[in-house]
Amino acid sequence: MQERSELMQTLFGRLTLEAIPYHDPILVGTFMATAILGMSLLAYITRKRAWGTLWNDWFCSIDHKKIGVMYMILGIVMLLRGFADAIMMRAQQAFAFGDSMGYLPPHHYDQIFTAHGVIMIFFVAMPFVTGLMNYVVPLQIGARDVAFPFLNNFSFWMTTAGAVLVMMSLFVGEFAQTGWLAYPPLSGIDYSPTVGVDYYIWALQIAGVGTLLSGVNLLVTIVKMRAPGMTLMKMPVFTWTALCTNVLIVAAFPVLTAVLGLLSLDRYVGTNFFTNDFGGNAMMYVNLIWIWGHPEVYILILPLFGVFSEVVSTFSGKRLFGYTSMVYATVVITILSYLVWLHHFFTMGSGASVNSFFGITTMIISIPTGAKMFNWLFTMYRGRIKFDVPMLWTMGFMFTFVIGGMTGVLLAVPPADFVLHNSLFLIAHFHNVIIGGVVFGVFAGINYWFPKVAGFKLDEYWGKVSFWFWLVGFWVAFAPLYVLGLMGVTRRVSHFEDMTLQIWFQIAAVGAVLIGVGILAFLVQIFVSIRRRDSLRDETGDPWNGRTPEWATSSPPPAYNFAFTPRVHDQDAWYDMKRRGHQRPTSGFVDIHMPRNTAAGIVLAGISMLCGFALIWHIWWLAAASFFGLIAASIIHTFNYDRDYHIHADEVSSVEDQRTRKLSALQKAGA
Amino acid sequence: MSTADTEQAYDQRHVHSHHHPEGEAHGTFKGYVTGFILSVILTAIPFWLVMGDVLPSKQATVFIIMGFAVVQILVHMIYFLHMNTSSEGGWNMLAMIFTLVLVVITLAGSLWVMFNMNENMMPVSAHEMRNAP
Repeated sequence: MQERSELMQTLFGRLTLEAIPYHDPILVGTFMATAILGMSLLAYITRKRAWGTLWNDWFCSIDHKKIGVMYMILGIVMLLRGFADAIMMRAQQAFAFGDSMGYLPPHHYDQIFTAHGVIMIFFVAMPFVTGLMNYVVPLQIGARDVAFPFLNNFSFWMTTAGAVLVMMSLFVGEFAQTGWLAYPPLSGIDYSPTVGVDYYIWALQIAGVGTLLSGVNLLVTIVKMRAPGMTLMKMPVFTWTALCTNVLIVAAFPVLTAVLGLLSLDRYVGTNFFTNDFGGNAMMYVNLIWIWGHPEVYILILPLFGVFSEVVSTFSGKRLFGYTSMVYATVVITILSYLVWLHHFFTMGSGASVNSFFGITTMIISIPTGAKMFNWLFTMYRGRIKFDVPMLWTMGFMFTFVIGGMTGVLLAVPPADFVLHNSLFLIAHFHNVIIGGVVFGVFAGINYWFPKVAGFKLDEYWGKVSFWFWLVGFWVAFAPLYVLGLMGVTRRVSHFEDMTLQIWFQIAAVGAVLIGVGILAFLVQIFVSIRRRDSLRDETGDPWNGRTPEWATSSPPPAYNFAFTPRVHDQDAWYDMKRRGHQRPTSGFVDIHMPRNTAAGIVLAGISMLCGFALIWHIWWLAAASFFGLIAASIIHTFNYDRDYHIHADEVSSVEDQRTRKLSALQKAGA
Repeated sequence: MSTADTEQAYDQRHVHSHHHPEGEAHGTFKGYVTGFILSVILTAIPFWLVMGDVLPSKQATVFIIMGFAVVQILVHMIYFLHMNTSSEGGWNMLAMIFTLVLVVITLAGSLWVMFNMNENMMPVSAHEMRNAP
């Protein structure tokens, strides 16, 4: 590389034309495909003249329902990216044996497995979980919106800004080659001098702000805004799990912020927190990041336990078995999740006493989880089970997750872990619980609540196709990894010498393709459902004979959710209302106080993203300018006094009357 | 009153309560001054302990300062953040207990883990390290 002039250095920092990977055919191809897809999407929006609607009614919206939907869309888009990484890894490992080096050079392969992990956890699982909570929790507790509606919009755009930075690393520079947790000293400046780790750090820091704030927001919402009569022990289970998850988010994410902050100090100003020399201790990073990392896996799974609870009780037509024990199991998991982090690094060498303690706590945590499993089974026992798509996902989960949990307990035994640490057995285990638990739960949730969001059900045939391909694909893809792991094959390897292993990797690749068909079938399911929306239409607002208050309102719910805040007398409040012959109030509507949309969230997140980009590329003037711009924009936003408006009683009344007419028409048709 | 009326009244009360959050202690002038004076005292003593080299043992000084810091945190929470066992319906207290539990787990756990690792993985002394081949 030739010397760059001082001026260029100041203007662009480390950013040069070399940073654009135009010499890599895979990336150029990806870029062209992305560009064509992006352009056609933009053209489509322009042709439909949808920019105004998109900006005013969606991007600037502070309606928790729309933000929830946007989170889900972000999750789906990033799922496609994360899955593309997965299929590339499977393809590489299926071919790269003996003389064949595969098609990916090691530095590219390393970026792919890092990006796959980071994207799947932070930008797929987290948006899905947050999206479900955002949409459903306020409806379940009978609230108009979340406690801080503007903050909600801001949180979403901060998460998106982080996702955009990760995507940007694909075409400008490179991503980290360190694995998804970026352990030092590999992630230190000596061994990773380029921008990859900086992309990682700033993407997560910016998205982390969003996650933390949405955690605070939902926590306050659940604590302060429940409908009258809904005591804690009458909250729907999904809301309970959301409460515990948000407690975990608020408590755990600052640790991630701090530890990434220390790593960036090491990289940017030459401190020695995690270096090998000058008193640094790299193992402290591992220790700290897992103090965040273990609660994180419970942040992901707890809300889905809530989804399964709702689905099981609805589709078994029964009250959830052991509601109280379910709640206590959730709370116990919340606390215990802070006591097991060392099981991620038994091999660090803390000795027998430390390892035994954490091994035992890890085994203990499987007890409340097991209790939940029995609660679901007993709920199904002698119930009238309807095998709709959400229930299929739930049963697939129960079958898959139990096996994943058992291999987890196996790994909790420190001597066994010394053999299996960093092996493909571990990879198979955590995919077993994350796909079998989180992903299946998300699909159960999407299929369950989609009618609430859109006003029509999702197509059942394609839902079943998607489910079966995912379930079978998962086992074909990951069962071979269990076998390989037991044989001692380690993770993150891009080339193998032992030809006898190849067949297992080829089977796993077939599994990945099956999962790909499952994802495709899911997209087709949405597309087909939109095409067939008239025949799938649900006017009642309660297509599954639901039990919790979100089914009391119309589908899709009006902006204000409930014309009158429902009053709760029982744990399954809506089921109880139906049983008591509850009549919808049809008169006496009042003005409803609502928050007003604002562009501040997207603007602030955009400036944050710019700041992150400048910090990654050492463009200091831009970093400083955007940082002060961020502060200025926040202050300017505080002078915006046009924060709220009232939906007039007449308008409420006309919306509600329309629903009354629809419902009575349905009743006549039924009678 | 019909059902709708009751619900409407309930609704309005509910909305009403958002504007005037109940159970939130407001600070008094006396409270702030007490807090301020206590904070100053609690800061001045550690400062004096360090600057005046009062205690012979450095370790004792460190522990005493830590003790003062804990008291300082409590003073801030009680006088400036108006925390007590009943504010916000007990949620504040619950949140604080939870935070304390987690902070203790994190700090004590990290110390224990890292200390054990040093014991087991770093058997050589600094002196031996210097003379290592």
